[in-house]
Amino acid sequence: MTATYEQMWKDLGLDLVAHDMLMQVLGQGYQDVFLTQESRPQGMDYFNFVMSEVHGLRIKELLDGKKEGKKVIGSFCVFVPEEIVRASDATLVGLCTGADFATEEVEKVLPRNTCSLIKSAFGFKLGKVCPYIESADMIVGENTCDGKKKSYEVFGQLVPNLYVMDLPQMKSPEGKALLKAEYYRFKDRVEQLTGNRIDVARLKNGIEIVNNKRRAVHRLSQLRKADPAPISGLDALLINQVFFYDDPIRFTESVNKICDEIEERTKTNSGVAAKGAPRILLSGCPMAVPNWKLPWIVETSGAVIVGEESCVGERGVRNLTADTGSTLDELMNAIVDRYFQVDCAIFTPNPDRLQHVKDMATAYNANGVIHYGLQFCQPYQMEAMPVEQALEAASIPTLRIDTDYSMEDVEQLKTRVEAFIERLR
Amino acid sequence: MISTGIDIGSRTIKIVSIDSSDRKMVASRRVETTFNPLGQATKLLDGIEGDRLIATGYGRRLAQENFGGHSITEIQAHALGARHVFSECQAILDIGGQDTKAISLDLRGKAQKFEMNDRCAAGTGKFLEFMATSFQVPIEEFGSFALAGVEGLKINSMCTVFAEAEATSLMARGSRPQDIAFALHLSVVKRSISMLRRVTTTGPIVFSGGVALNPCIVELVRREMADEVLIPEDPEMIGALGAALYGLTHTS
Repeated sequence: MTATYEQMWKDLGLDLVAHDMLMQVLGQGYQDVFLTQESRPQGMDYFNFVMSEVHGLRIKELLDGKKEGKKVIGSFCVFVPEEIVRASDATLVGLCTGADFATEEVEKVLPRNTCSLIKSAFGFKLGKVCPYIESADMIVGENTCDGKKKSYEVFGQLVPNLYVMDLPQMKSPEGKALLKAEYYRFKDRVEQLTGNRIDVARLKNGIEIVNNKRRAVHRLSQLRKADPAPISGLDALLINQVFFYDDPIRFTESVNKICDEIEERTKTNSGVAAKGAPRILLSGCPMAVPNWKLPWIVETSGAVIVGEESCVGERGVRNLTADTGSTLDELMNAIVDRYFQVDCAIFTPNPDRLQHVKDMATAYNANGVIHYGLQFCQPYQMEAMPVEQALEAASIPTLRIDTDYSMEDVEQLKTRVEAFIERLR
Repeated sequence: MISTGIDIGSRTIKIVSIDSSDRKMVASRRVETTFNPLGQATKLLDGIEGDRLIATGYGRRLAQENFGGHSITEIQAHALGARHVFSECQAILDIGGQDTKAISLDLRGKAQKFEMNDRCAAGTGKFLEFMATSFQVPIEEFGSFALAGVEGLKINSMCTVFAEAEATSLMARGSRPQDIAFALHLSVVKRSISMLRRVTTTGPIVFSGGVALNPCIVELVRREMADEVLIPEDPEMIGALGAALYGLTHTS
């Protein structure tokens, strides 16, 4: 299969040897982590296929689209409004940030004590192994944390098409005004890039497509409340990860299809873990493909993950965008309102997030919360301590994990996670 | 019924067997882990009669795979073992060969909150062993050697390599080796106690693990802790003891 795409990868300027190596590791990792799971829903076949073609068929689709004038916009963050991108008939893709790559090269341009996610983005670019970065007509960097904000200054020298979006840090009227101004500026830039003028009808259509995608994920989340858990946390995470890559309409159909199947499962009380197995809510930093380390450890230690309080998870999809506006400005306001609710740890203060973690723990009948912080991710690591204290005070057992993308701490993590699960039993 | 706990640590392997009729210890053995933990464990288990085997420690899965039985984490094993020896115990500080654990217990004696050192062995038994070697003092005597030191110097780094560099530069400035050794011990204790304070504010505290055999560490832990510090007769065996106790109440 690889040979079919070799020319395409070559044309994109990928380093074929390094890319082959990455694909092998990724394929093996997927085999070991996902395909060894028992009682997976049939509907996961689609997502297996998407993953097997994540650098193949999906890239070919994007490139075929480009030949017909459809632009590709790459993003690193859930603050980049997909509604606007869709409205211009362009495609938004999440860029690769879930694995260490070309670390030595990265550390020539970034300090060592930069979080794995940022390093990964640079590694995929410098190692020439990400066909998404290379296919993108525009890459959006966003001023979230200091690490990302400053690293985009360097990233801008590595890619020809970086667009930096500013973001507020406080949920104030001034903050909201800034977000609105930035979303308008982004809309103008996207229009300029695509040559498509975004009008009310187009924007409504964009909102509908993206809302439908979110609704499908909401439906999946609701079904995960069942005991026994009808789908593993790993598979649910994978679906949330594919959210950022796949064609949105096909994705929505596929998620709804697997939900139909899972609905049947819950009727017969069948699931992927025993009834009464400890239920864990993950909370914290986002997990991009192929960052499956922590959920894999949790689910091979006898517990099941029932929710992700994460940008690759509920924080990213929680709210829908109101589609009732009849003018462009009303619709733009609705988009601003929707994204302004995202409770990312870059905001100060950020009380909504704590409330959401508590609410999710209750809603998904979680027995405990594992807070996942990426090393050197100041916003989430700093919030981890108050989150832990508040949850423990509310009698929700909490384990705080700080880690990165390397595998060297797997044994230590296993001990901690197993001990935490022992506490929950 | 005889229940045996085996604790495969980075430095030593320990086993404890308990008779269920009177909960008395019928065997207690210890051996170096070496580069062949499985071979050493096999030797250690030779001649042990028993119906139930519970493994713990970093080699718990190795034991389970080869000898059958069940495995529990070191956290749970230490909680069970420490409560058994000292029923009043509220928290545990365990400093072993490659990790340090601080554990708080709930009313029933179940592990509640816990902290462990990360991927590196900073501030653990390995750290002290490495330092003892660079001082050319046998590890068994390193504590007494340090106790002959006077307080005043400060070692800031917990990384073995950096701390050695600090010690070397102190030596180059003419500081007494005993004083530097004291400072190294104090830095281990300060770090361990801050870990303990993150999980609990109440005592009494049981101090277990091989490092609890070091008299300088023990003295400094007692000095730095406001709470009562209880030290088991055989601090290294607490994990194996806890595993054996687990076997008494759980079928594998």
